[in-house]
Amino acid sequence: MTDFVHPALLFILGAVAIPFLEGVVRKVYLVLIPLLAIFAVLAIEPGSYGATAFIGQEILIAKVDRLSIVFATVFTIMALIGMVYALHLTRAGQHVAAFVYVGSALGVVFAGDYLTLYFFWEGMAFASAYLVFAQGSEKATRAAFRYLMVHVTGGVALLGGILVHGAATGSLLFGPIESNMGPGAYVILAGFLLNAAVPPLNAWLTDAYPEATVTGAVFMSAFTTKTAVYVLARAFPGTELLVWLGTVMALYGVVYAVLENDCRRLLAYHIVSQVGYMVAGVGIGTELAVNGATSHAFAHILYKGLLFMGAGAVIHVTGRRKLTELGGLYKTMPLTVALYMVGAFAISAFPFFSGFVTKSMVVAAAGQDHRALVMLALTMASSGTFLHTGLKLPYYMFFGTDRKLEAREPPRNMLVAMGMAAALCIAIGVFPGPLYALLPYPVDFEPYTGAHVTESLGILMFTALGFVIFLKALDPENTISLDTDWFYRKGARGFMWLAEKPLARYEKAVSDASETAVLPFLHGSARAGLRLDLNGVDGVVNGVARSILNGGGKLRRLQTGVVTHYALAMIAGVIAAIVVFAVVWR
Amino acid sequence: MIERIVDFFGDERHATRRRRLFYLVLVLIVAADFLVSREHAEYLWEGLPGWSAVYGFGSCVILIFVSKFLGHQGGLMRREDYYD
Repeated sequence: MTDFVHPALLFILGAVAIPFLEGVVRKVYLVLIPLLAIFAVLAIEPGSYGATAFIGQEILIAKVDRLSIVFATVFTIMALIGMVYALHLTRAGQHVAAFVYVGSALGVVFAGDYLTLYFFWEGMAFASAYLVFAQGSEKATRAAFRYLMVHVTGGVALLGGILVHGAATGSLLFGPIESNMGPGAYVILAGFLLNAAVPPLNAWLTDAYPEATVTGAVFMSAFTTKTAVYVLARAFPGTELLVWLGTVMALYGVVYAVLENDCRRLLAYHIVSQVGYMVAGVGIGTELAVNGATSHAFAHILYKGLLFMGAGAVIHVTGRRKLTELGGLYKTMPLTVALYMVGAFAISAFPFFSGFVTKSMVVAAAGQDHRALVMLALTMASSGTFLHTGLKLPYYMFFGTDRKLEAREPPRNMLVAMGMAAALCIAIGVFPGPLYALLPYPVDFEPYTGAHVTESLGILMFTALGFVIFLKALDPENTISLDTDWFYRKGARGFMWLAEKPLARYEKAVSDASETAVLPFLHGSARAGLRLDLNGVDGVVNGVARSILNGGGKLRRLQTGVVTHYALAMIAGVIAAIVVFAVVWR
Repeated sequence: MIERIVDFFGDERHATRRRRLFYLVLVLIVAADFLVSREHAEYLWEGLPGWSAVYGFGSCVILIFVSKFLGHQGGLMRREDYYD
């Protein structure tokens, strides 16, 4: 226990001090804590820590194994990068929220029981919602409330599932749910799928992330969906349903990305698409597949963070977010372009970039498991990934029509953070060894075979050919896309209408009825009650009071006011008590 | 260095050279696909040289047009003030 420092504690307790620090000291502190956390994770030994009991249930604050270590490693690295990206912010609010958010994500990753998991799960929802609220605009506030509403609902469902499952199995320890898929387990699965943004439960992500602050979205892109992938990999590996949900998800995100005009919403749809690979990998459930899902989550956090940082830099500098309003920035922001493109190559799985060595594992696992359709669908989705993140977005954001925008490179700390992420994207692609060594199962997979390299390049570069030929068809349009948030955005309006029109009319009818019929009756009965009260009840009460008064008068005559009399009486009482005691107990 | 590379991909002056380079890369990739060894081709298409080029191009076209069809004809794309 002594040699175990819970990394979540570093962040959550560390957040308390942030508002009290100023200037350079705060900046150093903001970088120092994630660095310490990285070392804490590197030094961590597999095992169980912090076992205790709460309301008669076993609690295991931290259960450390290879799977949790992979996620904790990349979470702490991303926390460092995200903090560097956010260093220029002067107000402490977002830093505090980000710390609590990262800490909660780490808490989930190490949680050994469902109650601990649930506690940190909710912490993540609230801390991340702040990063949307902090944007400040009315649009963002509305999106943040929707985000909270969805996550609180999901959280309640999760808690319900946990309780039902716990009652059925008699244990709240968090682990693989294999044989006994009761109703509780399905509700837990639904709660996890919500956070993984699996359609139709995906709209909270694409609704809220693009509304978050520039720096907040970088954190959000990394943690919520990937903790969901972690808990799915922990509890539901090999669940057939996940294979199909993941495959559909990979294509779903890509289709919506074609339609999208908001640069960060386009990237958000690609989170949905990329998490689809991971969910499918967890669903396939073989060692290669789980390794693939885990390593893809690792790589994804870094390149997606990088892409959000690139798009964020453009928003930070120009104040614009729509592709129809951007263009021609490559002259003024060449470094941002180059760093963004590293992320784009990584997500598209170009050889020597991180996606290549991780995504191919999932696809290969699908192939090994004789799932030709899944394999083809996932390959098609990677074509779409390059089409949007690698071609459409950079073309319309950085190249394309020159809108003569006033722009410059973003602040230095932003560029440094992007550089860190880009370096890791390339390092993992070129030297996949260290990442493979970290994975939960031994890796027997060689990404760099001739056939695999030419196949990937063929898919990608001929996608580029399609892009060049049909460029006009891809021109962004000034629209928004309907997703499943329609149901609660329009549904809420329906509810408000219901509250305003029929319910209001019903209420009026009820109050009318009460005024004409119920009120006279009430008045009448009140009068009758008064009469009863005056004659009947008061009579009794007065009688009792009078007799007490008389009794009091008699008692008063006994009072002499002399202390010795009272003392005598007390002594007499004590003696009497002793006598009674002696007689009765002899 | 980075500025020059980015400039090469952006500036209109390099358009012809860019296009030539692009086509050269495409040809080289297909040529290489014919040369690499395919020992463990489990699925039919894995044994076909140039398959990935066709599939990549096809996927791209399908994704563009199916999505745009869903967006325009399927009613997914709406005016920006749709929710206001």
